[in-house]
Amino acid sequence: MNAAVQAPKEPPTKVSVSGLDFYYGADRSLKNISMPLHTNKVTAFIGPSGCGKSTLLRVLNRMYDLYPGQRAEGEVLLDGENILDPAIDLNALRARVGMIFQKPTPFPMSIYENIAFGIRLYEKLPRADLDARVEAALRGAALWDEVKDKLHASGLGLSGGQQQRLCIARSVAVQPEVILFDEPCSALDPISTAKVEELIDELTNRYTIAIVTHNMQQAVRVSDYTAFMYLGELIEFGETDDVFNKPKEKRTLDYITGRFG
Amino acid sequence: MFSIEPSRRNANGAGGEAGSEMSEVVLQQATASSVATDRARILVRLALVDRIFRELTRGAAIAVLVILGGVILSLVYGSWPAMKAFGFGFLVSQAWNPVTDNFGALPAIYGTILTSVIAMLIAIPVGLGIAVFLTELCPHVFRRPIGTAIELLAGIPSIIYGIWGLFVLAPFLQSHVQPALIAAFGDIPLFSTLFAGPPYGIGILTAGFILAIMVLPFVASISRDVFETVPPVLKEAASGIGCTTWEVMRYVVMPYTRVGVIGGVMLGLGRALGETMAVTFVIGNAHKISGSLLAPGTTISATIANEFTEAVGDLYTSALIELGLILFVITFFVLAIARYMLMRIEQKAA
Repeated sequence: MNAAVQAPKEPPTKVSVSGLDFYYGADRSLKNISMPLHTNKVTAFIGPSGCGKSTLLRVLNRMYDLYPGQRAEGEVLLDGENILDPAIDLNALRARVGMIFQKPTPFPMSIYENIAFGIRLYEKLPRADLDARVEAALRGAALWDEVKDKLHASGLGLSGGQQQRLCIARSVAVQPEVILFDEPCSALDPISTAKVEELIDELTNRYTIAIVTHNMQQAVRVSDYTAFMYLGELIEFGETDDVFNKPKEKRTLDYITGRFG
Repeated sequence: MFSIEPSRRNANGAGGEAGSEMSEVVLQQATASSVATDRARILVRLALVDRIFRELTRGAAIAVLVILGGVILSLVYGSWPAMKAFGFGFLVSQAWNPVTDNFGALPAIYGTILTSVIAMLIAIPVGLGIAVFLTELCPHVFRRPIGTAIELLAGIPSIIYGIWGLFVLAPFLQSHVQPALIAAFGDIPLFSTLFAGPPYGIGILTAGFILAIMVLPFVASISRDVFETVPPVLKEAASGIGCTTWEVMRYVVMPYTRVGVIGGVMLGLGRALGETMAVTFVIGNAHKISGSLLAPGTTISATIANEFTEAVGDLYTSALIELGLILFVITFFVLAIARYMLMRIEQKAA
């Protein structure tokens, strides 16, 4: 928190979380979280399992709304608009805030359709334009060269790493503004992980990104800002270099040096 | 093995410790051998138990095949006189005259297939609707009661559906629904034939309705079960690019669960084809093919149930048995086609 406020070179804020509490039924699993996501920057959420980082991510596109008994209180502003407002159009919100999951989630359809499907939800395009958009999305996810000869084969036939990049392409294809990554590499081998990380790096040119990760090196490699969470509280937020090299909190230091968690 | 071990150690020159090590090894060897004989005895006993178990399960599996073969054989044997008398003409003849011993199966086959088609046309959309509602939209407190109610529907004996159909549904259709259908479609070509009066109440359409209600629980509960196998994260991913509930169901859940849903539908179809009691009550039991859905008709199983006790003469009985054989073949092919489709889909998905 502290680091975010002081700097004058502060980039603009895309998402602003303030006073956020989250409840699973009666359990309060996020406690008074306040932090920004800066425009076109990568923010990493780190912390031990169960600390609430995935929960926080799922608040940012209201994914929790699919399940009864889960609710959020406080304020989450996306470009100044409170997305916790019950009146907000959830489908429109989720088109603006894309999400990539821990396990790849290709839909049970062809590679081409996996991408085209999301585009068609919002736009009626002539075939040629649609083809171009699909290609652009696949190129954007560094997958085009690997799949261009089998666009109409099932997406389920790809390797895990390819599937994950397909999901990223699918997310990018609907032209979101924010992309949320929930441990996107934890089911991938090191080479696929490297490719996804490279991709995240490229995506920051156009998107605001939040990533939950258990891998400290990954947080250092890909993120500009880091939020350390513990037991539902935000312990420390700041530029990644600062958080990892000179953490202000002892708990942060203990966690990143592997003394607990 | 036990003897080689110590001698090799000695040969390696283990020095002064060799002697004591030797005696220890001998001791181990003694206990080991008594343990070994015990173990051998137990192993023999276990092997025997295992063999009995294997033979029992194999016997059970073979029994199924024997019973199946026996049913087919006795059907063929029983229907032999009718086959000899009518040949393939039996399948396409509309005659049914016990006095002149002239029989044909076409009206019964027609009624069986038509009532089942009507039943599936109603039960599939309604059943899928129930399943979608229960898995995606229903408030949590109502899920169990509604789910249980649907399963209870499957448990109601078919005779009760028959009585209810005859005394409640048929009069209701006769006085309210059928006159409206006749009036509504009377001027439209094709439909005017399908819904040609008079409104008897009982008939093909009523039988189709009853069958639809009877197969609905199968379609609904199996679809619900397979919808629940879709990983939540897949649905979240679809929601995550902005799909509505309908779009999630239509483009993600349905393709993912197609195999299971088809299985449920086929199970329902199997029941509809063979259902006897309820249909016999409401179909009218007329051996004729009529263009109108409102007219009475018959099905294979209804004919058999109605006429077996009064079938005098070998040819009459044999004709009824041949009807049974035809039903057997139809259901066999429905199931075979279902299996084949499922196999194709699975191969495509893999």
